[in-house]
Amino acid sequence: MVPGIVAFTGKFFPHSFTLLRNVADIMDFFEPDYFIELLFSGLTKGAIYALIALGYTMVYGIIGLINFAHGEIYMIGAFTALIVSTVLSIYGFPLLAIFILAAVAAVVWASAYGYTIERLAYRPLRNAPRLSPLISAIGMSIFLQNYVLLAQTSDFQPFPALVPDFAFMEPVAHIVGSTDLVILVVSVIVMILLTVMIKFTRTGKAMRATAQDKKMALLVGINVDNVISITFITGSALAAIGGLLIASHVGQINFYIGFIAGIKAFTAAVLGGIGSIPGAVLGSFILGLTESFATGYVSSDYEDVFAFSLLVLILIFRPAGLLGKSTIEKV
Amino acid sequence: MLPLKDIRNGLMVAGWFVFLTFPLMVIKVNPVEKTIVWRWPNMLYVAAGSFIAYLYVKLAQKNKKAAILVACWTAYLALPLIRYFMYQDISILIWDTTTSIYAAVGAFHMILTLCLFHKHHILRKILSGIWLLFIGTPVVMLLAQAAGKILLPKIPAALHFLTPFIITIEHIQFWNWIRILWVALACYLLYSSLQTYLASKRNIMPDHLTNEPKIRWSQYLYKRPVYLPLLTFCSTFFLLFPHLFSTYQVNIMISALMYVVLGLGLNIVVGVAGLLDLGYVAFYAVGAYSYALLNMHFDLGFWVVLPIGGILGAFFGILLGIPVLRLRGDYLAIVTLGFGEIIRLVLENWNDFSQGPSGISNIDRPPLPGVDLSLEGSIVYMYYLTIVMVIFTIFVVNRLQDSRIGRAWFALREDEIACQAMGIDKMKTKLTAFALGATWAGMVGVLFAAKTTFVNPASFTFLESAIILCIVVLGGMGSIVGVIISALVLILMPEYLRAFSDYRMLVFGAVLVIMMVFKPRGLISSVRRTYTINDETL
Amino acid sequence: MLEVRNLDTYYGNIQALHDISLHVEEGEIITLIGANGAGKSTTLMSISGIVPPRKGEILFQGDPIHELPPNHIVSLGICQVPEGRHIFPDLTVAENLDMGAFLRNDKKQIARDLDYLYDLFPILRKRRHQPGGNLSGGEQQMLAISRALMAHPKLLLLDEPSMGLAPLVTRQIFDIIKKINQEQNTTIFLVEQNANLALKVADRGYVLENGHITLHDRADALLANKDVQKAYLGM
Ligand SMILES: Nc1ncnc2c1ncn2[C@@H]1O[C@H](COP(=O)(O)OP(=O)(O)OP(=O)(O)O)[C@@H](O)[C@H]1O
Ligand SMILES: [Mg+2]
Repeated sequence: MVPGIVAFTGKFFPHSFTLLRNVADIMDFFEPDYFIELLFSGLTKGAIYALIALGYTMVYGIIGLINFAHGEIYMIGAFTALIVSTVLSIYGFPLLAIFILAAVAAVVWASAYGYTIERLAYRPLRNAPRLSPLISAIGMSIFLQNYVLLAQTSDFQPFPALVPDFAFMEPVAHIVGSTDLVILVVSVIVMILLTVMIKFTRTGKAMRATAQDKKMALLVGINVDNVISITFITGSALAAIGGLLIASHVGQINFYIGFIAGIKAFTAAVLGGIGSIPGAVLGSFILGLTESFATGYVSSDYEDVFAFSLLVLILIFRPAGLLGKSTIEKV
Repeated sequence: MLPLKDIRNGLMVAGWFVFLTFPLMVIKVNPVEKTIVWRWPNMLYVAAGSFIAYLYVKLAQKNKKAAILVACWTAYLALPLIRYFMYQDISILIWDTTTSIYAAVGAFHMILTLCLFHKHHILRKILSGIWLLFIGTPVVMLLAQAAGKILLPKIPAALHFLTPFIITIEHIQFWNWIRILWVALACYLLYSSLQTYLASKRNIMPDHLTNEPKIRWSQYLYKRPVYLPLLTFCSTFFLLFPHLFSTYQVNIMISALMYVVLGLGLNIVVGVAGLLDLGYVAFYAVGAYSYALLNMHFDLGFWVVLPIGGILGAFFGILLGIPVLRLRGDYLAIVTLGFGEIIRLVLENWNDFSQGPSGISNIDRPPLPGVDLSLEGSIVYMYYLTIVMVIFTIFVVNRLQDSRIGRAWFALREDEIACQAMGIDKMKTKLTAFALGATWAGMVGVLFAAKTTFVNPASFTFLESAIILCIVVLGGMGSIVGVIISALVLILMPEYLRAFSDYRMLVFGAVLVIMMVFKPRGLISSVRRTYTINDETL
Repeated sequence: MLEVRNLDTYYGNIQALHDISLHVEEGEIITLIGANGAGKSTTLMSISGIVPPRKGEILFQGDPIHELPPNHIVSLGICQVPEGRHIFPDLTVAENLDMGAFLRNDKKQIARDLDYLYDLFPILRKRRHQPGGNLSGGEQQMLAISRALMAHPKLLLLDEPSMGLAPLVTRQIFDIIKKINQEQNTTIFLVEQNANLALKVADRGYVLENGHITLHDRADALLANKDVQKAYLGM
């Protein structure tokens, strides 16, 4: 047994030191280019997470459901964009038209899926015990993954680059790609639009009222079912935009991309305080940056481990997330 | 029979689904070769499917019995077609035993349909009797088959004239599909006879005029005349199982039974204590890897590691529980999910420790002292070990629910604040539930590693946690019988759906949604035990 | 104006209302009194469509409304101030009032109504940028009533407006209820525990016991009724 122990410990320990790759890599800390590159990749990641996380947080805020099928909506958005853009490019449309039409199609169909899912799988469970809609959501997620797998393919599909390399980005291209820029700009615009909608429009107000007190919302004449549908549609549209952007950034998609992205985005939403919209955005950027810097400076194998460890750490110190309200749960 | 409005709405629903599924179902692109395939027939399938499904749901809402009958008829009529299209088998067209049974089923079915809308009570009872006979026969035959298999070598040759009778049962392949029919019909029969039973028991007053809650069918399971024979039947069935079925089936049953134990373990955490744990599989992984690693490095045997696995599970449960159990409901859910992923990712990436994605193989099977087991023998041994484990778990969980701590869990699930006000230590109570749940997961993990003799991180994904959670919720949160039934259903279903291999996970997801929509409280809602306090002792 | 006929309402399998019939005339204040759990709030919830009745009918200005969704019922002019006020805690006072006018489109008239209410409850004007959750109980009650009035209801359903308030504030609120009834000709359906006060402002009253209506009379007659005095007035 003794040799066993020696072999065991011998295998066990040296490894932990190789986590920090080597001394030369540590010098990278001081290289500004590398730092900025990581910064931007973190921001891009954060923006994408934010687009997905907003859907989670809005749905959670309004019906208190972790919508596990939300990641699948994002994946369906990406697939729709892939199909539409390939068809259009075969028919010889210009790049800009393809980009816009693919985005529109992704948004339309993802919203349609979001709406349908709510009608079929969640609305009948409005008054059911708390865990039943969650199981329904998990079932829906499994169903949609396999639906896309069967209707399309299980292989990775190359995604066309919808964003051209802008000439004005040339000098910094080795640090920040054009796609990163588009992702950041588009997602910031989308988030501003969303904020405006929630703060100032009638629908936005109805959403906030419904989220705070459903019974009272009914009593002031809000059609709560419609508001919930609109929430799903909005969240799905955001996720579809995210799906389109990340797919053209990464360059390939398959039926499974929704799962991990969904879990990460949900993590981000919780990090910021679930139900809080600014919280979701903040959480997403923190998560994106953490992942980017941790993989850049420490180890790329453990990207997700960093994400989840960050979540655990933050929740230990702020049990309701960064911007969440710490209320006592009433059952 | 159907109002025009429903048909119109049905068409609209069909149109919506055609639109919804258009890009994904109809178009298939190849982005590399720049080709498009238009699959127009799919559009037709979607339209027809959604139209029929809509009408069916409408029918079910109006008349439940008619809907069930329609389902039975469809299954009945579709079977030969499916058989034909899948296996090119036209045996149903040739007049033989299969066909005659098929025809008999059809005839009975017809009579039932005709009589169902007939309010005659006695007729219905007689029918139920006939059905019972009809469905009882295969069960008896199955038992006879088993008895024959075991006894055959032992009976003298003179009695072998009996064997053709027994053996013929073995090679008739129509069992496979006729059984499906039987299951469907048995479900129907159970439903209708229970209905009759309930109707005879209940007061004449319709239930909306009484203030008593509706009697749920599951409550009848707790009645002595119902559960005793059922229990006897089930235990005989499970004890004889390895002798009735092939090794392959036994293997499947072992994993189903493992999920029963996992379900019961998670039930302590989710169903009883109300803590939503989405990373339960982490503790399962801890158990499995502790056996794999300890066996590989130190040659420790199964029986030594079994308790160690449980203890390690509990240790990890406490380790995670202490910081996170203060979190409220859904925060807890995502943190446990994250923890589960962390464990899996570490196992996947830390090659020196866990051999990474390729996993650890050649783990010892559990030894039976003094006997050298063949492969088949060791599977049977494994089966009985699992059975013992299941019984042990049921025993412990049952005792726990009635104990002080069990009542504290229930209370905590209902109202945390009131509990604290009554002096229940919230943290300690939750932690106990969490750790106990993790202990079972750890032990089943060891069992799992011993069964498959191979572990790798791919066995411990979030999907596993989700499935175990589904078992608990589908079983009805807190009900032991419910968890057992739903574990068997959810684990065996995908296995037997292997014939439709590509579609099985699709069906699995759909079944989860449908089950929840139509039975949101699970199969069996738990019956709370009541405690009567004797006035005199006060 | 409102006519309720033979209403049966259930929570799951538990029947809360048994064969309730009552009617409210235009311009009246009527009150429904009863012990805890008698089914008063349930009656209001049935009228508002939140807990639809299983049997019976509700007619509003001659049209059946018992199968309409709640938002539709509100749009017909029936508003409720539910028990426990239900202020939207994170919306400001002004936004809360705004939600009351959710179904209205006439901007000018809304602004005028807002002014009228701010004059009626000056404290709300002072707090209009504070979140509703930060108001005191009495202020919240004022906000809840104002929010319902913002919808310009024809019929106002009030569920225990005096709950948890100091006697002085209660008196003030009741004065305002009367004022609204007289100035705006709003019909009022008042549910109250404080039977004494309620019967003093009301024209007619109904007594609800265990989901059954047991008495119906003019308010002053009810005040004088021996049984009512014993059971609800503590005399
Ligand atoms: N959501 C609910 N689910 C089940 N039963 C309910 C529910 N709400 C009320 N009940 C029951 O309905 C009956 C009537 O309740 P209701 O709230 O209408 O009484 P109330 O007259 O308003 O009493 P209070 O004066 O205390 O407000 C009570 O027996 C109560 O237990
Ligand atoms: Mg009340």
